[in-house]
Amino acid sequence: MASTACFVIVSKNDIPIYEAEVGSAPKKEDLAYHHQFILHAALDVVQDLAWTTNAMFLRSVDRFNDLVVSVYVTAGHTRFMLLHDSRSEDGIKSFFQEVHELYIKIFLNPLYLPGSRIASSHFDTKVRALARKYL
Amino acid sequence: MIGVGKAKQYANVLDKPLGRGRQEVSLSAFAFLFSEVVQYNQTQVDNIAELERRLEDAGYAVGARVLELLCHREKGNRRETRLLGILSFIHSTVWKVLFGKVADSLEKGTEHEDEYMISEKELLVNRFISVPKDMGAFNCGAFVAGIVRGVLDNAGFPAVVTAHFVPIEGQQRPRTTILIKFAEEVIHREARLG
Repeated sequence: MASTACFVIVSKNDIPIYEAEVGSAPKKEDLAYHHQFILHAALDVVQDLAWTTNAMFLRSVDRFNDLVVSVYVTAGHTRFMLLHDSRSEDGIKSFFQEVHELYIKIFLNPLYLPGSRIASSHFDTKVRALARKYL
Repeated sequence: MIGVGKAKQYANVLDKPLGRGRQEVSLSAFAFLFSEVVQYNQTQVDNIAELERRLEDAGYAVGARVLELLCHREKGNRRETRLLGILSFIHSTVWKVLFGKVADSLEKGTEHEDEYMISEKELLVNRFISVPKDMGAFNCGAFVAGIVRGVLDNAGFPAVVTAHFVPIEGQQRPRTTILIKFAEEVIHREARLG
């Protein structure tokens, strides 16, 4: 398992709708802000890259020191961004694909307003379980 | 009711596997529901344009979801980045899932470069609807236009989409044409991608 990993889902309108600090590193508040900052900076790269391929998994798009940003773009241009330090690409791909399936189920719920925060605790539990399994 | 009692119960939607989407829905049930949608919205508005807009908004929410679901289910997690790709995705994949058949035709507008048309001789939502004279050019296909706009907009191709009746010679019923006018940025990007 990666010692540091931060997972964020960014909506089509560039608003973060889900955030989770996963990984075994001790939680520090200032580090979390630091992670947000790196992910935020990677968004521009993603915007350009997204139109050059029709794959959803864009692999690693950006790096900061020893941290790597991997991104997955869904059909509706919702971006899953993972900041991590290990390099098991297959695991990350599987992680994204399973989260994508969960996200579709949330999205199909007529009571979920597209672009709003994903507040479901079930979703949170499942994402964390997937992170433990794959990352 | 059909299907009740057969379905396995799940504690949460997240535990339920995504269906393969092979089931069909009764047309009469859908027609009744759609009729109610139109009637309800009619009580909420005071002009035709507003009614069309409300139907379009209802369709938009469907389109956004349909795009996300179908790219996962039918296209094996591939996105559409090209204009013609997304149009043929709507014309065949989306139409087939929603209406059980591909759309009758997909054409490029002759006058403008940024206009495309999807035509349907007998649009499913219009099958049991005839529009009274005093409602002018109102077309319940606005709902379908909304679906198309929802798919396009979420895939990153913002467009203005409208539904129109077009009379066909020798036929009682006019066909419905969904007119798609893409935003300028889409045409620019298309040119850049080459």
